[in-house]
Amino acid sequence: MNDCSGDDLLKKLKQKESSEGLKPSDRFNIPAQPMPSQDAVERRSNVNEVALGYTETEAKLEAMRCLQCKNAPCVQGCPVRIKIKDFIMAIADGDYKKSIEIIKENSLLPAVCGRVCPQEVQCQEKCTVGIKFKDPTKAVSIGRLERFVADYDSENQSIPHIEPDTGMKVAIIGSGPGGIVAAADTRRAGHDVTIFEAFHKPGGVMVYGIPEFRLPKSIAQKEIDVLVKMGVKIVCNFIVGRTRTIEQLMQQDGFDAVYIGVGAGLPSFMGIEGESLVGVYSANEYLTRANLMKAYDFGKGADTPIARSKKVAVIGGGNVAMDSARTAVRLGAEKVYLIYRRSEKEMPARIEEVHHAKEEGVEFHTLQNPKRIIGDADSRVTAIECLKYKLGEPDASGRARPVPIPDSEFQIEVDTVIIAIGNQANPLIRQTTPALEFNKWGNIVVDENCKTSMQGVYAGGDIVLGAATVILAMGQGRIAAAAINEYLAAKKGRSQA
Amino acid sequence: MAHKIIYKQQLSENVFTAVFEAKLIAQARKPGQFVILSIRSDYSERIPLTIADADADKGTITLIWQRVGKTTSEMSDLKVGDYIDNIAGPLGTPTHIENFGTVICVGGGIGNAPLLPIARALKDAGNKVISIIGARNKELLILENEFSRISDELIVTTDDGSYGRKALVTVPLEEICRRSPKPNNAFIIGPAIMMKFCCGVTKKFDIPTQVSLNTIMIDGTGMCGGCRVEVGGKPKFVCVDGPEFDGHQVNFDLMLKRLDAYKHHEHEAHDKYKEHRCRIGLDRKE
Repeated sequence: MNDCSGDDLLKKLKQKESSEGLKPSDRFNIPAQPMPSQDAVERRSNVNEVALGYTETEAKLEAMRCLQCKNAPCVQGCPVRIKIKDFIMAIADGDYKKSIEIIKENSLLPAVCGRVCPQEVQCQEKCTVGIKFKDPTKAVSIGRLERFVADYDSENQSIPHIEPDTGMKVAIIGSGPGGIVAAADTRRAGHDVTIFEAFHKPGGVMVYGIPEFRLPKSIAQKEIDVLVKMGVKIVCNFIVGRTRTIEQLMQQDGFDAVYIGVGAGLPSFMGIEGESLVGVYSANEYLTRANLMKAYDFGKGADTPIARSKKVAVIGGGNVAMDSARTAVRLGAEKVYLIYRRSEKEMPARIEEVHHAKEEGVEFHTLQNPKRIIGDADSRVTAIECLKYKLGEPDASGRARPVPIPDSEFQIEVDTVIIAIGNQANPLIRQTTPALEFNKWGNIVVDENCKTSMQGVYAGGDIVLGAATVILAMGQGRIAAAAINEYLAAKKGRSQA
Repeated sequence: MAHKIIYKQQLSENVFTAVFEAKLIAQARKPGQFVILSIRSDYSERIPLTIADADADKGTITLIWQRVGKTTSEMSDLKVGDYIDNIAGPLGTPTHIENFGTVICVGGGIGNAPLLPIARALKDAGNKVISIIGARNKELLILENEFSRISDELIVTTDDGSYGRKALVTVPLEEICRRSPKPNNAFIIGPAIMMKFCCGVTKKFDIPTQVSLNTIMIDGTGMCGGCRVEVGGKPKFVCVDGPEFDGHQVNFDLMLKRLDAYKHHEHEAHDKYKEHRCRIGLDRKE
């Protein structure tokens, strides 16, 4: 990126804008600003963030690509309905403070969402600019702009206004994105809020799951710090259901309302031969070892080991599969194969993650799926046997159904297999909370306000939706918090009447 | 919230016990449950340890561990008054306790520690408790007095005959299974290889058998799947489905292999720690 030419272009555009105004054709002519990123070879051997973030010039140029559509189709694509064109216009005007305030009306974690939201299937999918170019990657980079202002704001993070104490106690179970939002919103209403976290560090999936190179831990930590400054209490190593049950929290410990955001549960396996061999990991285990436990520093301080793999097969096509493959690269694997049973077009992973994974040398094996995992006499993985697939008619998900090709078996020599095909519901709350209603998959049943079958108990995120994204979990945390605030106001009213 | 060590004792060359402050866990725990602990929040590994005993009034739990790798070595070097950063629990499904009639409890090595609260609860529920506790040698035998207090009959074995009967625990186990009437239930905790052979014996006599598995865990809360074992041909998760399973259904051979997955890493970390201990002079204090 030649900053000088960017500066010149910006200057010219600003002059034209103030003298005669910019026509849509002028805006279409502004080149889409690529995200500066760490060199692909260099980053193979470090865990630092890959995407480096826009400069001011890049952000302003990108913001000026926005047509400021009257009907703002982008907002329809945003799960929390951020006023996208307004915050983008503020960036173009250089008023970053105003910009971040506009975002924070709807989203509490812009530094996180700007990095990990799947914008290309949300806001950016609807962007008029992308549609005009018939290329979603040419849409205005809303996520990158969100990240730009969030990072700009991160140094002077203000504490939101908090209402006077209500004397009501709220328990938030889980400190992931949904829990953080629910905690912030209920605390703002003046309630006494405690977050219970099972792990020894708060942050949920942002700490154990999403790797440092995609979402630095310091960003999640900043959000936690803000909560603490707001007066939210955080209790780690507390396993709700086991350390205390939800009933005990409400009946003995005096909590008036509870939000359950415990996140993902047991990893799914494929049910094929060899899945218990040494060297077969669930993505959850692999990423937890690498992220939460910092196994990349094993022998240099960290005590948690992880396989020293030479050849790794990652099974799956989602973001978690990309995270696993890219983590394996950083842990020193010579070959990392990503095996996915559909074609690349159907991959649920973000385009950017797919692109980064390829840049880092991950080999994509699409239209293939494992049939069995093969081990040696010590039960250590030596190879994976796959079948070739072709695409058939669309299935219930609307994606083309993968159909195995008979007798197409072949083997790939690997020492590690990482299975990234999703999770089931966490069984702990179900095992210990008989009064809660669950569906047949073990997910908590809630109404449109995230209210469960137990009075005063609300739930959201993965434990309700099965597999959610950070932004969906946040959205539910916000809905639940509004419902909790309403419920507690009514409860307080009753007790004072 | 850090947890203070208020009592510590060396039980044998490599086995230690300590009492930790952990109020909520002490109140909630039931026999058969475990905790996950880490010494420090950054970089320390999370390890599962079964709760050997607890005092709800004092808010303390008793843990027993064997010095094997780096973390257990580091814990063995802690003193009364020291703190560890994290203890989470109680985890796992509690042991199903009822009056079965006559039960046989078999413990091997460090397995005697998690077995004790289960045997005690079985005794309190009205069972006739026959206990067999074994170790490689006299020096490694732990909790004999505690078992003698709660057992109707206690058999002690050592592999080398340095104390009690010279035999593997499977030998007296088989004798007791031959009695008439045979025991109604068996509870077996010890090294995986011992549990495997004991289950072979009880299976022959068709005695329902519970084993408690101590697999490698990372989160311990049903999230990572690292602790999975094959039970009845299906994957089960020790942290949330267990730690106790029908011993006749467990694939011990595979479990043994999985337990060895990080042997090399373990030795490496342990050697480094020993070297570090040596440099800071900890090795001279014993």
